[in-house]
Amino acid sequence: MLSKEETEHIAKLARLGLSEAEIAKYQKDLSAILGYIDKLKEADIEGVKPFTHSIDVANVLRQDVKTERTKEELEKLRSQIPQTKDGYLKVKSIF
Amino acid sequence: MDLTNFTIKEAHEGLVGKKFSAQELAGAYLDKIEKENDKIFAYLSISRDLAVSQAKLVDEAIAQGEDVPTLAGIPMAIKDNIMVDGLQCTSGSKILENYVAPYDATVIKKLKNYGAVILGKTNMDEFAMGSSTETSAYGVTRNPRDTSRVPGGSSGGSAAAVAADLCGAALGSDTGGSIRQPACFCGVVGLKPTYGAVSRYGCTAYASSLDQIGPLAKTVEDARTVFGAIRGQDPMDGTSSDFCEKQNTRTKFRIGVPKEYFIKGIDPQVETAVMRKLNEYEKQGNELVQISLPHAEYALACYYIIATSEASSNLAKFDGIRYGHSNQGGNGIGDIYLQSRGGGFGPEVRRRIMLGTYVLSAGYYDAYYVRAQKVRTLIKQDFDKAFESVDAIVAPVSPTLPFKIGENMDDPLQMYLADIFTISINLAGVPSLAVPCGKIGDLPVGLQIIGKHFDEATIFEIGKQMQE
Repeated sequence: MLSKEETEHIAKLARLGLSEAEIAKYQKDLSAILGYIDKLKEADIEGVKPFTHSIDVANVLRQDVKTERTKEELEKLRSQIPQTKDGYLKVKSIF
Repeated sequence: MDLTNFTIKEAHEGLVGKKFSAQELAGAYLDKIEKENDKIFAYLSISRDLAVSQAKLVDEAIAQGEDVPTLAGIPMAIKDNIMVDGLQCTSGSKILENYVAPYDATVIKKLKNYGAVILGKTNMDEFAMGSSTETSAYGVTRNPRDTSRVPGGSSGGSAAAVAADLCGAALGSDTGGSIRQPACFCGVVGLKPTYGAVSRYGCTAYASSLDQIGPLAKTVEDARTVFGAIRGQDPMDGTSSDFCEKQNTRTKFRIGVPKEYFIKGIDPQVETAVMRKLNEYEKQGNELVQISLPHAEYALACYYIIATSEASSNLAKFDGIRYGHSNQGGNGIGDIYLQSRGGGFGPEVRRRIMLGTYVLSAGYYDAYYVRAQKVRTLIKQDFDKAFESVDAIVAPVSPTLPFKIGENMDDPLQMYLADIFTISINLAGVPSLAVPCGKIGDLPVGLQIIGKHFDEATIFEIGKQMQE
């Protein structure tokens, strides 16, 4: 069973602002799901390598070069920024 | 003449035979959507202007005697986590309520090149996290076969649109069953392609080692046509591969029936319908062999560690700073994150982000994440081994019939169990085709045909035979 403090800590790590009631609900839900997930402890994983790829592809690389974007393309992105100033993305104080 | 109940093939023949125009075809669907969408809420938004302008181009090409592709003029519905330039793209979430896609996903670029007509964007579980389309921030989609029931999910809007003749075919995405389970619940065909067969560029990521885009359609042949158009390597998705689809020339097959998929907990009516179809298929000269996928029982637990881990990372980008829902109250940037994410994500998405954050956090990583990846290796080896002796594996898609709206919403674990038969396939990266195999009253039952990596040709052939 997760504690209330652990649940609050996870919410903080995940940057989710949650109410007291929501914390209580997730404490219960996550505990139940983690209880189910414990089933994995029954599996014999001795000597098994962790999964990385379902198909064999390796080192898919591209040239590290700048691609030009049109003014219109940039405007499509810029127009969706919640707060801007003089054409720059604006954020609140970071400290 | 009702223009909205054609298969892709029939519509194509009608268009090139000049029985009707692409604009008439698109118009018939758009009018029907306007009249009937409120009943089932398959579509979140309609793109009438885009559809009409695309249809006009197809009509011009046909008028000039050009040889047009099979998909030209075919009206299609697109799941709302796939970007269509200039259209709203919400992924079923409030956090992306005002987001307008700035470019076309690779699959959309391809469909447009083939002349397919885009009717609109379909409802889905928020960020594809759900098995009923009930976690959408915009409302519940209803199953057209019985409107008191869910259409399945997460691609429930796309499946319902195909089933209700509100599109010719649709695109969905499948991370743990999100194409196949709604296809099954709505009685249509759905393909989860081999991992890497279709580019995901422009599809909002949920769990990147599992996500695949695929078609939902009225027939196996139609699903194959759409898959043929969207597949292929893409420099914008490093996991996509330029494979040659295996060719299939055979007509008789050896089918593996996994004993772990016919167990206690499955609705006996579902089991009977699937077995009846399999026995029929055996009588037509195919061979059935019982096989074992011994690690199947761990798939769901494995999935909920891997998928939520990847989701907690993929969804970190929704921060209220660059786009989407932003709550600017409070002090400093930290409060913008907390409030925008806390208020913008719905309950199921927050639950999965929390779970993923926990299993990746210091002290738990080896116990959960690394263990799950090892179990995933075992699950994939089960399939590799089974495919040494069979051409394909057939299993039910869902352990139950479509359930009632609201029935599983208070119990997340019960909802997760809806995906118990579909999840291993994503973990192993193999393709799987869901096809209807009978009905209990008005409610469809479906089975899935699971193939070897990049062997879609064989499962399409088996699906076609079973459909006939």
